[in-house]
Amino acid sequence: MPSPISATNDFVVKFANVNGSGSASANELFAKCILRSGVPVASRNIFPSNIQGLPTWYEVRVSGANWLGRRGGVDLMVAMNPQTWDKDVASIDPGGYLLHDSTKPLPPSKFREDVNEIPVPLTEICNRTYSDPRQRQLFKNVMYVGALASLIDIAPEVVEAAIAAQFEGKEKLIAPNVKAFRLGYDHAAEHLAGACGLKVVKSDIVGDRIFIGGNDAAALGCVYGGATVAAWYPITPSTSLAEAFGAHCKKFRVDAATGKNKFAIVQAEDEIAAIGMVIGAGWNGARAFTATSGPGISLMQEFFGLAYFAEIPAVVFDIQRGGPSTGMPTRTQQSDVLIAAYASHGDTKHVLLFPKDPHESFEFAAEAFDLAERLQTPIFVMMDLDIGMNDWLCEPLTWDDTRTYDRGKIMTAEELEAGKTFGRYLDVDGDAIPYRTLPGTHPTKGSYFTRGTSRDRFAKYSEEGAVYVDNMQRLLRKIETAKTLVPKPVRRDAKEPARFGAIYYGSTSVAMDEALAALETGGLHLDTLRVRAFPFAEEVVDFIQQHEQVFVVEQNRDAQLQKLIVNECAIDPARFISILHYDGTPITARFITEAIAERMTLQRKEAAE
Amino acid sequence: MTYIAKPKLRHPGIPTNVLGFTHRDYEGSISTLCAGCGHDSISSALIQACFELAIEPHRVAKLSGIGCSSKTPDYLLGQSHGFNSVHGRMPSVLTGANLANRDLIYMGISGDGDSASIGLGQFAHCVRRGINMVYICENNGVYGLTKGQFSATADKGSKSKTAVNSDSPIDLVGLALILGATFVARSFSGDKKQLVPLLKAAIAHQGSAIIDVVSPCVQFNNNPQSTKSYEFVREHNDAVNRIDFIEPREEIKVDYEPGTVTTIEQHDGSILKLSKIDPTYDPHDKAKAMAYLQDRQAKGEVVTGLLYLEDDAEDIHRHLNTVDTPLNRLGEKELCPGSAKLAAVNDEYR
Repeated sequence: MPSPISATNDFVVKFANVNGSGSASANELFAKCILRSGVPVASRNIFPSNIQGLPTWYEVRVSGANWLGRRGGVDLMVAMNPQTWDKDVASIDPGGYLLHDSTKPLPPSKFREDVNEIPVPLTEICNRTYSDPRQRQLFKNVMYVGALASLIDIAPEVVEAAIAAQFEGKEKLIAPNVKAFRLGYDHAAEHLAGACGLKVVKSDIVGDRIFIGGNDAAALGCVYGGATVAAWYPITPSTSLAEAFGAHCKKFRVDAATGKNKFAIVQAEDEIAAIGMVIGAGWNGARAFTATSGPGISLMQEFFGLAYFAEIPAVVFDIQRGGPSTGMPTRTQQSDVLIAAYASHGDTKHVLLFPKDPHESFEFAAEAFDLAERLQTPIFVMMDLDIGMNDWLCEPLTWDDTRTYDRGKIMTAEELEAGKTFGRYLDVDGDAIPYRTLPGTHPTKGSYFTRGTSRDRFAKYSEEGAVYVDNMQRLLRKIETAKTLVPKPVRRDAKEPARFGAIYYGSTSVAMDEALAALETGGLHLDTLRVRAFPFAEEVVDFIQQHEQVFVVEQNRDAQLQKLIVNECAIDPARFISILHYDGTPITARFITEAIAERMTLQRKEAAE
Repeated sequence: MTYIAKPKLRHPGIPTNVLGFTHRDYEGSISTLCAGCGHDSISSALIQACFELAIEPHRVAKLSGIGCSSKTPDYLLGQSHGFNSVHGRMPSVLTGANLANRDLIYMGISGDGDSASIGLGQFAHCVRRGINMVYICENNGVYGLTKGQFSATADKGSKSKTAVNSDSPIDLVGLALILGATFVARSFSGDKKQLVPLLKAAIAHQGSAIIDVVSPCVQFNNNPQSTKSYEFVREHNDAVNRIDFIEPREEIKVDYEPGTVTTIEQHDGSILKLSKIDPTYDPHDKAKAMAYLQDRQAKGEVVTGLLYLEDDAEDIHRHLNTVDTPLNRLGEKELCPGSAKLAAVNDEYR
């Protein structure tokens, strides 16, 4: 029998619930209480594609050391779902804890000898207190939060303040929730003192950071970045981005004088129409975006080719989920990298941005509109379910009030009037980006016919080989220009010279930070590069060339980013070692650490032999 | 098609409209369609309508999908921006463009393959959203560019070189009525006298204006049995009314016999003078219009004219309550809430 786990500000609590039972807000309340104690948390919602009745989990990692990825393993399981009981109990680390509803006795075979039972008669207390069946169900959730607070030493005032904040605007609900919380808290204080070795000690590590989901943050980025037209079709996990945009617009974009909206949001009939509207609006000079996920990206392919070839700004948020096909619609992956990079038939290439967390999702969202108008092409903001739908602790959002929007090369009526030459597909200053005019600019000058068919530099239809090739070559050169404009990769060198490098991107970053620290503690040193955009900057090639072996850590089966690097940078595939995690759950620090340590140790041994 | 461009030289006495533009200022590139194609007549009617309305050409945006009909925006209004998008998806592109700038006149030019086959969904949804546009379907019942396949409006029983069409045809006019279009008309490319005033009225209409124009394909579907042929439409054209489109500045000078002429004022102040050919037909009664269409179509007639009109039409901007200034003209001053508000936002997430 291992001794009970004893840990302060460093443990993982997992809640196993039935979806539709009202557990989500109670579980979030728990996470908020820890944050309000000044201790960082990373929370992850693991949910089914279903509204009511199927298993759902919520994982809260408490980390005074600031590790915000998934750690792997569970120290305390709050097992509220009989359907998943056996697996949930099996997943607890030896010496861990099992909090469960002890109203109905379970046979000993349902428990583990190396796990410490924390029995709370939740149903019994509820049935004693409430007569309404819905209340009996709902308040059970707040009650276990109360018991937990007592067990891990969260002060009741902290919980009560968090309840008040959660129900702001619905004040009637505060008192009953506080009552339920107290029932749980008092029961645990009376009967379960000393039952749990996991503790939260108040600190100030959280600082001024915020706890926000990526979709919400990206939607704010769209408001700040000047998006006025949004067209979308409901699809998990992107829906909340479009909905958040609507909510933020109602707050920030209603003209005070007239009560009219400085935005237009259309829920389209499908993803094809959604991207069509975005391209129509972009052509006409409005900043427009859509938010979607893999299946939507598949449907939009033809339009991506049009926007690439006809050179129309568009911003696309791809909140990636498990594919292919319907795949795992409520699980996370980074598996649209290749389809987005080369979206549509014919020779195409698109600009991708890879934000690492909600903070960067906000920044890249706003920046995407500048890039789209500067480069006159679609910009894909490649998020995923983990960033999009989970609340992350991250740096507060900031905005420089002196910042202006880069509307790109738009020829004005005055310039046309002054006789400036206008060729819609004419590269006048060597960056391969032509000038465009907006419809309605000038009565007699600057009009042109936009089309997906081949045309010359002055937008005149042409199927002449040389004319077509000239245009296609310019589009390639435009991608070269894009390399200089997109966010640079972030390099971090080990304390000692390293033969090994590691490349990663997006939501993997938080788990990677922790894995690197663990590897370093174990004497394994490697330099890292966090890729933030495609096309790849020169720094990516340099980094690879400076290392004998480069790990590429990704959340897909086929090593998609690695393949993109091999393809675009002409690098020998043998240089890379893929570290791939694609079971739909967010990658963990333990997984990365073990995978990299194993390979590095093996290579060292081979070298020694 | 011809490849000989018209001489640039203009007759000094060529008529101009109130803006000083001549008819030639509304023309586009030389058409590449077949000689005798109905679509060219429609382009010509559109040119005439815009000239007569004295629309500044650059205030028009022309959008299309893919197909013979979708090529035509290139052949008219050369001083307007045009957008030849992807097959069947013009309605979504037009919707987005309209959202971005409510001040332009939007012309969607499409065909029966583009609107009724691949694009039926987008056609339906842009109509039900009430996009302020003129949507013209140049309807010939056949795929021209791919050489003679049936479209979704092809007559049941019509024959191609290799097959007989056994599918029921889609009636875009009937659909437009059901879907809530606020201006619905049908015309014939060979009847400019009817078509030009209809186009003018549609342009003045501040809502979804749908015009189904039977436009014979001389190459693939102009046999006398086809309901989309010159011969058939000439013989079976059941025009329910004629429009005289009267601009706001003109006075109505002539008195008409009561019951034969109705005048309708549109949102922009323009006045439609409707001469009734069938005195029983009322274009304000949707249910009766649908029954009438069904009845006449069953008898093999092609009903043309202004079939339905909602005087007080609404458009998507009214539904979305968007500001009067076109969205594409708003900059960071109007759109960006600034850093102070962001600090308050941060507090909400703590």
